[in-house]
Amino acid sequence: MAQVVERPERYVGGGVPRKEDPELITGQAKYIDDINVQGMLWMAFVRSPFAHARINGVDAARANDMPGVVAVYSGADLADDWAGGLPCAWPIAGRSFPEPTTEDPRMPNHWPVAKDKACFAGDPVAVVVADSRAHAKDAAELVDVDYEPLDAVVDPERALDEGAPQIHEDLDSNEAYVWSMNNGDVDKVFSEAALVVKERYRHPRLIPNAMEPRGVLVVPAPAQEEYVLYSATQVPHILRTTLAMSLGIPESKLRVIAPDVGGGFGSKLNVYSEEAVGLALARKLNAPVKWIEERSENYLATIHGRGVIQDMEVAATEEGKILGVRVKLLADMGAYLQLVTPGIPILGAFLYHGVYDVQAYSFTCQSVFTNLTPTDAYRGAGRPEATYAIERIVDALARRVGRDPVEIRRMNFIAPFDQPREVASGLQFDSGNYGASLDKALDMVGYDLLRKDQAERRQRGDAKQLGIGLSTYIEMCGLAPSQVLAALKYGAGGWDAATIRCLPTGKVTVVTGTSPHGQGHVTSWSQIAADALGVPIEDVEVLHGDTAISPLGMDTYGSRSLSVGGIALHFAAEKIRDKVKKIAAHELEVSEEDLEWTDGKFQVRGAPDKAKTVADAAFSAWTAHSLPEGMEPGLEATFVFDPPNFTFPSGAHICAVEVDTETGLVDIVKYVAVDDCGNQINPVIVAGQVHGGIAQGIAEALYEEAVFDENGTLTTSHMGYYRVPSAAELPSFDIDSTVTPSSTNPMGVKGIGEAGTIAAPPAVVNAVIDALQPLGVNHIDMPVTPERVFSTIAEAKGGRQ
Amino acid sequence: MIPAPFDYEVAESAEHAVELLGQHDDAKLLAGGHSLLPLMKLRLASPSVLIDIGRVSDLSYVRDAGDRIAIGALTCYEDAHFDETLKSSCPIVAHAAGEVGDPQVRNRGTIGGSVAHGDPASDIPTIMLALNAEFVVRGPTGERTIAAADFFKGVFEVDLAPQEILTEMRVPKTSSGWSYLKFHHRAQDWATVGVAVVLGDGSNNASVALTSMGERPLRAQGVEEALAAGEDPASAARRAAEGTNPVSDPMGSSEYRRQIAPVLTRRALEEALSR
Ligand SMILES: Cc1cc2nc3c(=O)[nH]c(=O)nc-3n(C[C@H](O)[C@H](O)[C@H](O)COP(=O)(O)OP(=O)(O)OC[C@H]3O[C@@H](n4cnc5c(N)ncnc54)[C@H](O)[C@@H]3O)c2cc1C
Repeated sequence: MAQVVERPERYVGGGVPRKEDPELITGQAKYIDDINVQGMLWMAFVRSPFAHARINGVDAARANDMPGVVAVYSGADLADDWAGGLPCAWPIAGRSFPEPTTEDPRMPNHWPVAKDKACFAGDPVAVVVADSRAHAKDAAELVDVDYEPLDAVVDPERALDEGAPQIHEDLDSNEAYVWSMNNGDVDKVFSEAALVVKERYRHPRLIPNAMEPRGVLVVPAPAQEEYVLYSATQVPHILRTTLAMSLGIPESKLRVIAPDVGGGFGSKLNVYSEEAVGLALARKLNAPVKWIEERSENYLATIHGRGVIQDMEVAATEEGKILGVRVKLLADMGAYLQLVTPGIPILGAFLYHGVYDVQAYSFTCQSVFTNLTPTDAYRGAGRPEATYAIERIVDALARRVGRDPVEIRRMNFIAPFDQPREVASGLQFDSGNYGASLDKALDMVGYDLLRKDQAERRQRGDAKQLGIGLSTYIEMCGLAPSQVLAALKYGAGGWDAATIRCLPTGKVTVVTGTSPHGQGHVTSWSQIAADALGVPIEDVEVLHGDTAISPLGMDTYGSRSLSVGGIALHFAAEKIRDKVKKIAAHELEVSEEDLEWTDGKFQVRGAPDKAKTVADAAFSAWTAHSLPEGMEPGLEATFVFDPPNFTFPSGAHICAVEVDTETGLVDIVKYVAVDDCGNQINPVIVAGQVHGGIAQGIAEALYEEAVFDENGTLTTSHMGYYRVPSAAELPSFDIDSTVTPSSTNPMGVKGIGEAGTIAAPPAVVNAVIDALQPLGVNHIDMPVTPERVFSTIAEAKGGRQ
Repeated sequence: MIPAPFDYEVAESAEHAVELLGQHDDAKLLAGGHSLLPLMKLRLASPSVLIDIGRVSDLSYVRDAGDRIAIGALTCYEDAHFDETLKSSCPIVAHAAGEVGDPQVRNRGTIGGSVAHGDPASDIPTIMLALNAEFVVRGPTGERTIAAADFFKGVFEVDLAPQEILTEMRVPKTSSGWSYLKFHHRAQDWATVGVAVVLGDGSNNASVALTSMGERPLRAQGVEEALAAGEDPASAARRAAEGTNPVSDPMGSSEYRRQIAPVLTRRALEEALSR
């Protein structure tokens, strides 16, 4: 007997299985490497092996003689192909917020292929085009570049030294900018406070490891002078606009498609050389051109994350009540400003007081160029840095005043609130109940028992000591209110769009301006639309990632998709329902006030058998035989949502570690996360995001770091040395949530894509430091490798003798 | 990702492999490919010909050979790990095979490939050294056997002539305590330091061998001497780093390796004595 599946009362809030998965797990997804077209040529890039070198000449003779080679171009050869360099959309200049500055931003020229100088190891200096990937690669090895190696700036702390090599000759300094803000009488608070705790923290440079590296395929239609550009990107819309400008191609002639994309974590929120070069060469050669990044190439040529040094201070009372926060950052921009490089530290600028109620706040960021791979957005972008600094220093404060880390947090929390509330950094937090998630997490982890175990091990002097670390984090999503972005000098708006098209058969097409690459938007957006329109979830199709299909959008990054794009969908559905209501009233011959929306249809109050569904109205709107006077046929609506405020997810993570004090090895024995992302559309997807996020946070805390030698050569140049952890290293996470709906959007949602990565590092590092208390260790930097733990213990022991 | 161009030949037998090696300059045998192919993909190795011995199935075996166990060179880690003969008669090999890399590596990589490759960070060579294993090598003029102690020469350097193929490893049956402690950051990583202990009839004639502590797998002679002289394991272990000169690499500095080797050696001795 055929089973009739009833539409549940609500899809939203249920763990609906991901619609994306059948295709992904049966290998039917189409990634860029799966897309091949007739006559396709392949590119291979010749990259500088030097971090800093003058290019005195490029000799392609040997390469040109190789089988299958079509052409070889140096940066000089391509100089006339650009209408502009690669874009940086966030030209931050020296300024204080919110007053604007008169200074010009220091923006170096960034040509897709370096012409005169290579500024990092991996900087493209030539490109080979051949009839196959292997031929292109073989020939690239034979391009002879005459390099004159120059001294390199490898350490950001040395970038501004007198006599430091000048990286960009078009600029007068290696400083990119200084940006600061001040709220309250910070100096007074600090000079009068009973105590001040000051510490220095370092965030390692991280290499985003998306499962799928980057790739691009450009297919020209020479007669029409049109181009279709496929890219493994998070940002097809941004790519279209910026590449049209960099190449001088009319935007209307460029279609960008993001096919199935295997993860990004911010690394594909960018506009890269290879995309610009692919487009330039498709135009030059009138042929389709493809490039797929190799993993070792990815480690050099795709942006890195973090790379920040923080001087963090809190002023507090004798009891440990925090009065003020003052932080100074030194941020490593790398060799060039990529799409949003300068803005990344600023995304954390407002969050260094965390969830704590303070009176005075000051933030300064100095950003410098180095001869290393450019940095840019990496999962969390700015917010992991802020969270780490405040959560570490709160623990330091707890030690200083002799209180438990739980107690110090409770005494400093901003009290629960459900309407916007101004905080010390000047932002309006939307809602929060920080104690609730902490209480729940403490309960789940069995805090008292852990403390007891810890005390016993200390008593016995065990080689393996136990440590417990807390992180009560806050972050901000919903990037972003366009006016705030304007004040921050961002080059675009923060809105997003959704279109709903109701087909005559009752099926529904949703078009979103967000560009998912693993997050599950198709499922969540289907849930939202199905509930809002009263249709089964199977009847909703979600389209995205193609500028011809979804012309309006700002793409996916910064946990913005649901709280901006999802809200746009919510409002588009309201527009549809408004029209359906008019049609229903007309057809049922009642007034609109007599109709109510129940069980997914408009019913006449008191007469449930008199009703019209969205499908009914869609058919009527299509035949247009009898629509209300003056109504346009068709049932379609678009809504563009510009959020009035950010959203502020929060939560409490607790980590328990066992530290082998004889070898330095850290083992996570328990990890509890209670996240509050407001209302949840799909708890299973939320859990997936939390799991992956925590894994990436633990990766920063314990495993990953891009290490360079003194010449600027990446020594952790492959996955054997750059230690991405796997399931084998990670504990089973114990996760739960609290729900404090956002006050800034009608669905009460906040965002969960980055929370785990933001919350985890301080929980883990605090746990390690806690474990090592009996040995007198109060500080350790990330990543907390066994060797680092070992030498920290040795130093602490030495210091005590 | 993309190796330089190369030719490819399939060997049907060990003899055939030797013959093919004789026909080509700059040829390399391909076993499981889990050391050789990564090097080729990074273009750190670019042999002109690969001679695939991966299909020589009669070189994949574990056999009881009286007082010894014979392991065919093409036995993959996973088979060795689950092999009943090894588990009961020489468990340190079965255990160590399960510590290598990840499941994919263990299903493709071979015990013989690991020995022939001569990477001082590899696990199996250390085990072979601790066991005083013997290797059987076939060349154009026939077979020879060589002791593990003489086989490993330096980083990626072993006593194999260009036209020779390793066919078998022979390990003694062991009935006493043993341990292999592999210290690594991630489960899939090579050993930062590894310590193999095989006890004789008590701790005073134990053999102790080290992974990643020098240019080849090393015997911890100082520890063995101290044990033979009757020192207790804890104090004997302190001599583990004696005479070693490990590399510094992203997995750990030379100094750190020397610092934790004694700790791991002590623990390995304790574990071996408890078995
Ligand atoms: C991700 C990863 C993780 C790893 N982790 C570890 C680890 O933790 N510990 C560890 O010990 N190893 C590790 N390895 C290496 C792995 O063990 C290799 O498989 C092994 O070292 C080589 O065996 P193979 O059969 O793959 O040899 P191949 O790669 O095919 O060959 C290696 C070399 O030996 C030669 N050779 C192979 N067989 C013979 C033979 N019979 N006679 C003569 N010469 C021969 C080849 O010509 C080549 O020069 C790892 C590898 C990878 C890819």
